[in-house]
Amino acid sequence: MRGADYVIKRLAFAVLTVFIAVTINFALFRLAPGSAVTNLARVPHATPETRQALKRQFGLDKSKFQQYLIYLQQLAHGNLGISFANSQPVADNLRTALINSVPMVFLGTIFAIVLGTLTGIVAAWRRGTKTEGASLTTALTFYSMPTHWLGLMLVILFAGTLPTGGMSDEFLIDPSFTTHVKDLGEHILLPSLTLGLVLYGEYTLIVRSAMLETLGEDYVLTARAKGLKPWAILRRHALRNALLPITTLVALSLGYIVAGAILIETVFSWPGIGRAVYDAVLQRDYPMLQGAFLVLTCSVVFFNLVADLLYFRLDPRITE
Amino acid sequence: MSVAVRQPGPVIEAEPIRSRRGIVWETIKRRPSAALGAGILLVVVVCAVLAPWIAPYDPHEQVGPVFGRPSWSHPLGLDDGGIDMLSLLMWGCRISLVVGFAATFVSMVIGGTIGLAAGYFGGRTDNVLMRITDYFLVIPDVPLMIVVAAIWGPSLFHIVIVIGILLWTSTARVIRAQVKSVRERVYVKRARALGAGHTRIVVRHVLPQVAPLLIANTVLTIAVAIFDETALAFLGLGDPSRISLGKVIENAFQRAAISTGAWWAIVPPGALVAVIILGCSLLGGALEDALNPRLRVAHLSAKSFRLRPLVGRSPDAV
Repeated sequence: MRGADYVIKRLAFAVLTVFIAVTINFALFRLAPGSAVTNLARVPHATPETRQALKRQFGLDKSKFQQYLIYLQQLAHGNLGISFANSQPVADNLRTALINSVPMVFLGTIFAIVLGTLTGIVAAWRRGTKTEGASLTTALTFYSMPTHWLGLMLVILFAGTLPTGGMSDEFLIDPSFTTHVKDLGEHILLPSLTLGLVLYGEYTLIVRSAMLETLGEDYVLTARAKGLKPWAILRRHALRNALLPITTLVALSLGYIVAGAILIETVFSWPGIGRAVYDAVLQRDYPMLQGAFLVLTCSVVFFNLVADLLYFRLDPRITE
Repeated sequence: MSVAVRQPGPVIEAEPIRSRRGIVWETIKRRPSAALGAGILLVVVVCAVLAPWIAPYDPHEQVGPVFGRPSWSHPLGLDDGGIDMLSLLMWGCRISLVVGFAATFVSMVIGGTIGLAAGYFGGRTDNVLMRITDYFLVIPDVPLMIVVAAIWGPSLFHIVIVIGILLWTSTARVIRAQVKSVRERVYVKRARALGAGHTRIVVRHVLPQVAPLLIANTVLTIAVAIFDETALAFLGLGDPSRISLGKVIENAFQRAAISTGAWWAIVPPGALVAVIILGCSLLGGALEDALNPRLRVAHLSAKSFRLRPLVGRSPDAV
């Protein structure tokens, strides 16, 4: 069966990508000359015993290939090492961070997809009018703003009315459930809005050109010739076909979302995975950085796989 | 049953594309958005190049109070070190543009070569190269840049290389698709039949056809490279000895410009980055638009519906 073939192919691609990311990760941290871990054992004025002990601790006394195998083995057991900064297992740190990140990123992305799709369709539909010009200009403007700077602008605008840092109010004593949720909602608003606004610009541009391409197809002309109402053509003939490139392009923008999350969480001190990356960079906490990179890559690969499978569901023709 | 009879809108003559070489200039002349983008970039580049002569103050010298308000002598105020913001922005622009251009150059060389090789040779070369590109496309580039920059240590050269070697994927794909279609055109086949070698075909026949697209892609990539530099600088991975626009934003953020109320230290640098990226996107987008004939018509659009031009539909119709 062709469909099964396709699914297996995409799965294999995802697994291989993760494997490549793991290998890049290992190579960057261990093999590159003067790489992070090699440097650790180079303490100035250390006695040979200390140096030996350090080398053993990080497994540097073994051959590179053995080190690689050990790394893979540890990874398979979910062991990402110990954070230099707080001496906790990296996996535990990352789990907490990831749980914090997900709602913020999810909310922002949903906002962007809804708003971006709507304005994109309107822009394509009203091609050549002032509406198109206005929606394109707005989208391009938001698309052009550096993510963290837009966040800072929102901080300046809303300082005083909305909380601009952290995930919850530390001074709430024994909050009831509703107060807690309300507090979280207030904190999540600005970071999510920043992510949403930055992404929305990109989505508008994507949806618009996907719609324009579909509106130029012959079957749209046919539908028009049949005397269908514009709305019916738009919904049934154009939008459904435009969904295909939109799915792909939204999947490709995942890397952009991740980048946005790192910058936004830094601005708003949101204790998520992006903030973890920033802290790891500042403190040169290499195990954390390595782990965070791996988690981010795996999540992007995973959602790409989801998009691929969704694409197959939307358009079974691709297996042909 | 009533059939709505609509008056078709004015049929717009398909604009003949005389030569693909002139398309950049033609687009700038014809499309206001392209002209606006090109104008923005021109002004920014001129300001950056002339910074040593036209910047009112030295970007390393304290010329007034810390976080001094905007005034006649300092139209954009002063930063946390009492440095004139306007001069700082001009000099920061220089570094940002250098990073943007240099990183884009690196990525164009890599992406252009890979795209050209994959599209031109096809077959197994194409398979292998595109597989590699696919993997690179999926791995999120900003985190990878952060990791590499954090390990290598902050320096301008490292940043250029890091950004350059991670930005080439989309270029490679775009160029490959275009080269693939050019390669099948009749005149290329004729040239081959006449005994032209690979180098000659690529240089004389393929590259000139791909060049406009490469230019559009370059302009768009510059925007991404400048954004990436700003992001890296914000995360503390910029070159500490060079003032780029990203560095100016980072400094203002770290030194509490917001809680001091010194908006002038943080609004202009980001706005300038946004304007540069906007300029690149306008110009690059308009060029891409002009090169993609499929976007020119919409059978269904509220204002008018145009006939689909035959130009560019069948590249073999020579």
